[in-house]
Amino acid sequence: MNNLIKHRVNILTMTAFFLTLSPQLWAEEWNGFRGPQGNPVSTSELPLVWDVEKGSNIGWKSEIPGRGVSGPIVVGNRIFVTASGGVNQQRLYVLCFDVGSGKQLWRRDFWATGRTYSHPTSANAAPTPVSDGKLLFAFYSSNDLVCLDLDGNLKWFRGLAHDYPKAGNDVGMAASPVVAGNVVIVQIENQGDSFACAVDKNSGLEVWRKPRDPRANWSSPTTYTHGNGAPTVILQSGSGLTAFDADTGTSIWDIGLSCGTMSSPLVVNNALYVTSGGITKLGLNTPSGKPKVIWAVNKLNSNGASPVVLGDNFYTLSGAIAKGANSNTGEILWQLRLKGRFWATPILANKHLYFINQDGLVQIVELEGDGDSQAASIVSVIDMGESVLGTPAAADNALFIRSDKHLWKVTNMVNGE
Amino acid sequence: MNLHLAPRHVFRVICIGVVAVLSNPVDCVAGEIDELTATIRDIGPKGEGHVAAQQAWKSLSAQPVSELVTVLKGFQGANQLATNWLRGAVDAIAQTALNESKSLPETELQAFVIDHENAPLARLTAYEWLLRVNPKIKKSLLPHFLDDSSLELRRDAVASLLDSAKLSADKSQAETVIAAYRRALNHARDLDQIDEATKQITDLGGMVDLPRHFGFLLDWHVIAPFDNTNKKGLDINYTPELDANRFIDSAVTHLGKLPDLKWKNAASEERFGIVDLNGIYPDKYKGAIAYAHTTFESSSAQNVQLRLGCINANKIWINGKLLTRNNVYHANMMIDQYIVNASLKKGSNRILLKIAQNEQEESWAQRWQFQLRVCDSNGTAILATDR
Repeated sequence: MNNLIKHRVNILTMTAFFLTLSPQLWAEEWNGFRGPQGNPVSTSELPLVWDVEKGSNIGWKSEIPGRGVSGPIVVGNRIFVTASGGVNQQRLYVLCFDVGSGKQLWRRDFWATGRTYSHPTSANAAPTPVSDGKLLFAFYSSNDLVCLDLDGNLKWFRGLAHDYPKAGNDVGMAASPVVAGNVVIVQIENQGDSFACAVDKNSGLEVWRKPRDPRANWSSPTTYTHGNGAPTVILQSGSGLTAFDADTGTSIWDIGLSCGTMSSPLVVNNALYVTSGGITKLGLNTPSGKPKVIWAVNKLNSNGASPVVLGDNFYTLSGAIAKGANSNTGEILWQLRLKGRFWATPILANKHLYFINQDGLVQIVELEGDGDSQAASIVSVIDMGESVLGTPAAADNALFIRSDKHLWKVTNMVNGE
Repeated sequence: MNLHLAPRHVFRVICIGVVAVLSNPVDCVAGEIDELTATIRDIGPKGEGHVAAQQAWKSLSAQPVSELVTVLKGFQGANQLATNWLRGAVDAIAQTALNESKSLPETELQAFVIDHENAPLARLTAYEWLLRVNPKIKKSLLPHFLDDSSLELRRDAVASLLDSAKLSADKSQAETVIAAYRRALNHARDLDQIDEATKQITDLGGMVDLPRHFGFLLDWHVIAPFDNTNKKGLDINYTPELDANRFIDSAVTHLGKLPDLKWKNAASEERFGIVDLNGIYPDKYKGAIAYAHTTFESSSAQNVQLRLGCINANKIWINGKLLTRNNVYHANMMIDQYIVNASLKKGSNRILLKIAQNEQEESWAQRWQFQLRVCDSNGTAILATDR
């Protein structure tokens, strides 16, 4: 065997070895709120029709204990969901299911250390968990932050409201955590102890903490890479936008801008889209270092759901009206009235937008054409039969929908398989 | 990041490291497990003790299932944070055993569950694992939980009483059924179970004094409005704060947003003791502070909890001592929303509340109300001697 062949064999062997060790490397991942880049666009081929009663295109349906409005996440061949239960939502659950079969692989139970109250439509399990591919970070409205490995072994548990007892909002909190650099970042903005902090992924120790406006805010942080290469987190609140170096907490920039407190900021291709009256697009990594407004369009308002961008097209949900716009100019290209009230952010896959309202009615919008010639029409309406508030996940040609009581895998089935 | 370790943590880290290297976890003796759980119990706020605890957790979660009860005993004295770490270890041990088709030590777990000297959340953990492997055991355990300090265990026992009462409804006299529901009510601490028992009793013609069951205080003196423009008033010491901690003199006037304010009587007739300040002051003042005062005659010097439900910013004093300050407006209201520990002296105790309304104009931001009860840490009402 010559050296070249030996080298190739070694590479193949090593690749096979690491794939065996790391099943999470196998597949498309959806590792946090709105997917891996915080922009809910999937390369999956998702079904356009399914029937929950007949079971057509339903891969599986698994029960979830308690309640929850968090979204599921997919890491390799595992899917993770949080839930909360008990009379006062004081029980915290982390659940792991097999993507292929829907079998529950493990469940871990904890007790909340912070405030557990919420509006009846929400739950303690409101934030979507996040994973860096090796560790899972589950966060709750009670401001309890749990770190587990993918097999359910506890790495650490932090009760952030145990440490800062006035942190909490009895309407419920919902900002999902993000991972950037070596830290996991949580945004805890409320009328009491209001702050954002970064916690070391491996030790659970606080790396930095920043006081925030003492006002209720449900917007989740998002991340991007700053021009100097620093992993950076952007925090949106009612009074503006702030960027911090994720690893050090050093302020990179801040902008006074009246922003929404429910939808979350979106970063795509060095541009930041935020709800601010309507939608404002800002350029990142500008020569001055501060974001610069590119366009602002009042009629592109987002409410509970967050926007989506793919190429030259921008999508948002203003109340129950789905809107498509040119992402370069903000010019509105199409509008469609949907049914119901929405909390889940729509996801985009294979030229279709998947909208799910809080009653569990899935409305699939087909996008025809690109750029300024794009048009849209509703091509499918499917009733899940249960309330859905969490943003779904898409991976491996399957859509994962979390209702209040169940986790569903929706996928194109061939001959019932 | 603070990585400094206290000397006791350094010692434990070394010990745990030695144990991990030299011994097979299967051979770990009870004393060593106690050391591991003690290390986890040392977890403090803001990540204190994490480094040592992470090593301890690894060793602890690798213990054989035969040591499950030893680990559960380690919950004793643990704070909320450490309890969650220990729960994670118990779950890992039990799940591993089941995955390997091994049995849980059911007999030991049963004995542990019914021994009320053990930590409530440890008993609950043991109970939940017992039910996973042997659901039929539930019925025999429930009678042990009727007065449980674990409210989740108590809940299951009360649910069983409610079921029995419901089953007896068709074949028994109303008085017998009422008695069955009343037994459930007396043990119940969760609002939904109290509601269910109350509804059934009253539907059958019985009476339930809900405020008494909860320990809500109904008779108050109130005075308003004092200025809370721009939410500045919560920390201004208006004259009623001085008076109310000494005495209530209904004849004395106070200067507030209006002149000549006087204390007035206010009695709640609401089933959960809610005092509606907008009902007392029909002008529905905005940017306003109200004070509410009452006395509580205690049979002895005792530690209690004051539990406030309030949709407005608030403060609570007892005998002139400030217990809590919550600067939160219109973010929901529910029973037991704010819980504070308090020490009562024997005899008369003065309770003063400050309830702050802001200036929001939205329809959902108009309520100005509160409810307060006195109870123990399980939510069992503690009644004044003159009630």
